[in-house]
Amino acid sequence: MPIQYYIYLALTLFTIGIIGVLTRRNAIIIFMCIELMLNAVNLLLVAFSKMHNGIALVTNKDSMVGIDAQLFVFFIMVVAAAEVSVGLAIIVMMYRNTHSIDVNFLNRLKN
Amino acid sequence: MSKIIYLVPLFPLIGFLINGLGRKFLSKPLISIIASGAILASFIVSVLLFINVKNTGSISAAYFDFINFANVVIPFAFQIDQLSSLFLLIITGIGFLIHLYSSAYMHEETSHHYARYFAYLNLFVFSMLLLVMGANYVIMFIGWEGVGLCSYLLIGYWFKNINYTYAAKKAFVMNRIGDLGFLLAVFWLINKLGTVAYVDVFANVSKLSQADITIITTLLFIGAMGKSAQIPLYTWLPDAMAGPTPVSALIHAATMVTAGIYMIARSNILYTMAPQTQAFIAVIGLATALFAASIALKQDDIKKVLAYSTVSQLGYMFLGLGVGAYTGAVFHVMTHAFFKALLFLGAGSVIHAMHHEQDIRKMGGLKKYLPITHITFLLGCLAIAGVPPFSGFFSKDEILTAAYAKNPLLYYFGMAGALMTSFYMFRLYALTFLGKFRGTHEQEHHLHESPLAMTIPLLVLAALSVVGGFIGVPEVFKADSHWLEHFLSPIFAQSAALTESHHLSHSTEYTMIGTSTALILVTIIFAWKKFSNYVPNEGENEGFNKLLANKWYVDELYNSIIVKPIELFSGLLKNVIEKNVIDGAVNGVGKLVVASSRQLRLIQNGQVGSYILIMVVFIIVFLFAWINDLTIVRFFNKLF
Repeated sequence: MPIQYYIYLALTLFTIGIIGVLTRRNAIIIFMCIELMLNAVNLLLVAFSKMHNGIALVTNKDSMVGIDAQLFVFFIMVVAAAEVSVGLAIIVMMYRNTHSIDVNFLNRLKN
Repeated sequence: MSKIIYLVPLFPLIGFLINGLGRKFLSKPLISIIASGAILASFIVSVLLFINVKNTGSISAAYFDFINFANVVIPFAFQIDQLSSLFLLIITGIGFLIHLYSSAYMHEETSHHYARYFAYLNLFVFSMLLLVMGANYVIMFIGWEGVGLCSYLLIGYWFKNINYTYAAKKAFVMNRIGDLGFLLAVFWLINKLGTVAYVDVFANVSKLSQADITIITTLLFIGAMGKSAQIPLYTWLPDAMAGPTPVSALIHAATMVTAGIYMIARSNILYTMAPQTQAFIAVIGLATALFAASIALKQDDIKKVLAYSTVSQLGYMFLGLGVGAYTGAVFHVMTHAFFKALLFLGAGSVIHAMHHEQDIRKMGGLKKYLPITHITFLLGCLAIAGVPPFSGFFSKDEILTAAYAKNPLLYYFGMAGALMTSFYMFRLYALTFLGKFRGTHEQEHHLHESPLAMTIPLLVLAALSVVGGFIGVPEVFKADSHWLEHFLSPIFAQSAALTESHHLSHSTEYTMIGTSTALILVTIIFAWKKFSNYVPNEGENEGFNKLLANKWYVDELYNSIIVKPIELFSGLLKNVIEKNVIDGAVNGVGKLVVASSRQLRLIQNGQVGSYILIMVVFIIVFLFAWINDLTIVRFFNKLF
């Protein structure tokens, strides 16, 4: 498949993520949107990695060119997982305090 | 010989530094030895230089470039020729005598202030030496400003008296007005000739247009008006008597106030080529001579009389310069330095004996208590009145004869001034030394002759006042006897070549000398008779006398036409412009910042969503900018 398809898909996912973050007030949904953006980037990384690797394989079938991008995808996944654990913990604490997960309640740092 | 030139100003400078920096540690005798020793050393070097100049002609020395930019080079250079070597002798010689005198006169001061006094005095001598030794107008200007500063410091020496401080301020401001003229003349010279060295300026004087010469000479003369106390800038000099009396003798009689005469005599060729300016100088000089003499007639403060007499005598010198009698003016500077320093020091001795009483109405009969002061003061009075064969006669006669040759009217007015001079001087003498003592009993009890350190300078100066005139005996008595004219002729050669000398016939001169001497003697006898048995009358002065006693109300006039409007204007600036415009601008900036930040603060509303929105918006903006030909990147590349 041409690389453009992947780019369009990633752009769409990323835009959905951004719009979600900007418009929704529910902390869980914002979280999901952030995941969506991260995964859009992951998708793009894998797609480009595969593309460059495919081009390099033509001249050298043992080529490792572009493979390292896939490594970054794993890093991002790990970071995202860690972030989710921390973020969910924050949301739980927030719910306990305010009985709501509306982020607009969080407009001040004290109290 | 040119290797030792720099020593002349160096000694006073060292004396100034030692006394100025060590004023808390040095003892009084040490201070006066350092200060007087520095001037004495300077005097010895000056004598050596004078002998050298007399035998071999002028010498000069350049040390470094004081200013060097574009194609204007102003070296820090000294030039010792006939004129400056003569002034060196006057400055250091009389300066030494006055230092000696001061060491006794100021003995009541604490050692700290005593050192301050001598430090200022040494600094003054240093500046005055720079003024006369400089080889160009800029070095002269450094000295010119330096003596103005020292004059300010010494007039305000007793700064705890607020009136003295005001007098010092007045002197400084008046001098600054004149200095501006001097400075403009220097700039004009640089603009037209590109040089300020005397040698170059006088050699290239033909390159200047007539208008340029007239403007330059007038501006220089305005500088001289301030420094040498001529109408309209003379009022600071009488007020300058607030300073200690030796200061009045040295600065405000013998040396600093003659700087203007030195400067014009130095630039004589410029003045000879500007007849309008010369006429202007003659008129101003004569007007000042008469005006100040008329004020001196009714003054009751011993120092004020001498101060107005100084202004008047300076007027004579300018009259001499104005009619082209440059030698006569310099001659009168010299003789005046002798007898006026003598008179001031004598007055100081009287004031010292009278415990700081300066009102001559409360003196009288001091003859028997102060014999040395009395006899020297009398000699000084005879000299200034112009009685032959005292020094004042020769110099004044030379100026008046030259004035007669130019225009007899100048002579008649000048003669009237000379008669007034002899009248007020003998009024002063008679009120102070003759008759009965009119002070308090306590003062009479304390009357005593001054110590040796004060009487020795008096005696030396009295001797000089008596014989000083013989270096300039007029032709009429003996041909080729005018030593000073012969000595100074190289300085005035260029001017002499341009002016035709019109000699008066000997019979005219004899008549003039005879009448003037007779008139002066009559005036002296009249004043002597009138005031020797003076009884103070309590009545107020009336009519013309009141006008004279109040100095023609010139101070009041200046106050109302210059000082008051300036104060009003300053008040306007202070209360209206400052408060509304300046403060408004400053506070406005502050208010603008406060108001705008109050608005900007609302952006930070704590809503996470809005922060993210702004972030996203700007990411998009930058993305577009980057895509659009990387405009911003280029812009920043260009910027750095």
